[in-house]
Amino acid sequence: MAKQPAAVVGVGQTHHRAKREDVSMAGLCREAIDRALADANMTFDDIDAVVVGKAPDLFEGVMMPELFLAESLGAAGKPLLRVHTAGSVGGSTAIVASSLVQAGVHKRVLTVAYEKQSESNAMWALSVPLPFNMPVHAGAGGYFAPHVRSYIRRSEAPTHVGAIVAAKDRQNALKNPYAHLKNPDTTVESVLASQMLWDPIRYDETCPSSDGACALVIVSEDVAAASPNPAWIHGTVMRSEATTAAERDQVNPQASRDAAAALWKQAGITNPLEEIDAAEIYVPFSWFEPMWLESLGFAELGGGWKLSESGATAMDGKIPVNCSGGVLSSNPIGASGMLRFGEAALQVRGAAGEHQVDGVRRALGHAYGGGSQFFAMWVVGAEKPSN
Amino acid sequence: MTRTLSAPVTVAFDYTRSTGPVIGRFLTGLRDGQVVGGRTSEGAVVVPPPEFDPVTHEPITDFVEVAPVGTVTSWTWVPEPVKGQPFDRPFAFVLVRLDGADAPLLHALDVSSPDEVSTGMRVQVRWREERVGSITDIECFEVATESGPTGVEAIGDNPVTGVIVPVSLDYLYAASPEESAFYRGLNEGRILGQRCPTCEKVYVPPRSACPTDGTPTSEEVEVSQTGTITTFCIVNVPFLGQKITPPYVSAYVLLDGADIAVLHLILGVPAAEVRMGMRVEAVWKPREEWTYSLENIDHFEPTGEPDADYDTYKHHL
Repeated sequence: MAKQPAAVVGVGQTHHRAKREDVSMAGLCREAIDRALADANMTFDDIDAVVVGKAPDLFEGVMMPELFLAESLGAAGKPLLRVHTAGSVGGSTAIVASSLVQAGVHKRVLTVAYEKQSESNAMWALSVPLPFNMPVHAGAGGYFAPHVRSYIRRSEAPTHVGAIVAAKDRQNALKNPYAHLKNPDTTVESVLASQMLWDPIRYDETCPSSDGACALVIVSEDVAAASPNPAWIHGTVMRSEATTAAERDQVNPQASRDAAAALWKQAGITNPLEEIDAAEIYVPFSWFEPMWLESLGFAELGGGWKLSESGATAMDGKIPVNCSGGVLSSNPIGASGMLRFGEAALQVRGAAGEHQVDGVRRALGHAYGGGSQFFAMWVVGAEKPSN
Repeated sequence: MTRTLSAPVTVAFDYTRSTGPVIGRFLTGLRDGQVVGGRTSEGAVVVPPPEFDPVTHEPITDFVEVAPVGTVTSWTWVPEPVKGQPFDRPFAFVLVRLDGADAPLLHALDVSSPDEVSTGMRVQVRWREERVGSITDIECFEVATESGPTGVEAIGDNPVTGVIVPVSLDYLYAASPEESAFYRGLNEGRILGQRCPTCEKVYVPPRSACPTDGTPTSEEVEVSQTGTITTFCIVNVPFLGQKITPPYVSAYVLLDGADIAVLHLILGVPAAEVRMGMRVEAVWKPREEWTYSLENIDHFEPTGEPDADYDTYKHHL
């Protein structure tokens, strides 16, 4: 039986900041949820089920968010599910929520993802020394920097491309009222002049540490009829693979390539560069923009950096990437994937405000997590899907 | 020998929690010697106040001070307290409906035997002298007296907005039988891998399940102590819990004879001169310092050989 059509009719997010000491975790989630419900013109009473996602447990010291947040999320008396896929969790959570609608189980599903990075230390949580092993791990930057170096070598990219991406996303963030970083003075030169943290990754080429949440309301075809601008879900895909394996491609993982191929097929897309009008891609370190452009098929192998360098990924470019400012400008890890999915929905709904790209018909939302081993992606469109 | 190696590991962190306006109000009250509940849309007074109303889902904003005296609605006896509980001697956990509240609060009752606890008994708060804005500002409940609980003075002017919640987890980290063979090898100055019987790749360390086909690696292969740096990063950033002082080079070293690289430290060369393809060899710690750890190899350093050709390791990136 074919999937039933589903659409995003409500998007909400918090003002992302380094520290949101004014709210509890529940209050942070509610800030996003209340905006999403208002956007959908609904109340908690309309909601059939709630799906929650958050960052890995050690990041916040919260093992069971579904237990302690149930009442605040309005889930009492309703199904409540928790999703867990490391940094891609925001994307996977949205996909689980959409699948409940596409399967015909529920008509109106609320989904929320959050993180309060200020209440813990992700760098510490990613680097806990294990017995018998060499304590050379150094957080996410330490993990990904060698693979960025591999990409630069493999693609023969000039070393300033990472700075071009970082400067672009920081400038885009100035147009997003919810973005964490607001650095109007960031330029390619200032990024290149920033401290080298995990060589070859510079300080300004890394994401910030943010508190924030994102929420979506996903509904069935008949419910979406009441919305003036639903973002129809044209395809969803998740893939995973082992963190380490002999001869595993760490720059362009098999799971990423397979996920992209499956996604484009589902959405009826044969040439993503021509057929996708805006993309929100999970780029926590600037070099991941060209890396994922290749893996996703927007560019040929070795050509991702040429797209980024040419300005094609800028807001007025051929394929605008991360008009919201992206992960490089706001990174509440647990919510970052859902923010990508939600920003893609805002673009096709024409509701992105100052960072809206004109005439977006189809947009990509993308998230990855772990050691580039979890992938979650969706395509949303302004038209109801025909397949 | 099939016994596996294991070692204790403690994961501990002092998490912080922003309390928000509702829990913050409750904790501010405790610090100042007041028990504060929240009134729900249906008129019930709940202690501690819920952050959001269970019916309307709106934030709770109507706060009510309730009495520090109440009635036990249910209880359980704790004959053998464990670490972190309110007492190190036997005590009761009680649900207490404080006078003025409609829902019970969970806390500890200081009595010496279960014969002294009963549903319906009257109990009162025993305030802690040093109060900081925490549920433990109520030291415990005690049997109600004629004169009632001893009152205490308010302590601070600023509202409580955050608390610290230390978490400490003690694990026994167990290596698999295959990994244990690897660590035992390191204790003998050898680097032992195992070949996967299905895909024939040599894994260092060996695996209980080859990530590609799920088969346990089996055939033991001693690999070379010399290898090639496939890729690396220079860690310039200090962070909590770091064991090595930055800057240092963290590199993937593909040992000759292995099909997967190990992550290790590069020394003996300025960080800026480390290259992809550089040939390096293991430098061991003095033998008397050896344990069952990859740390027996202090670091890798250049052999002085010409760099490996990119084509020989590019499929390991």
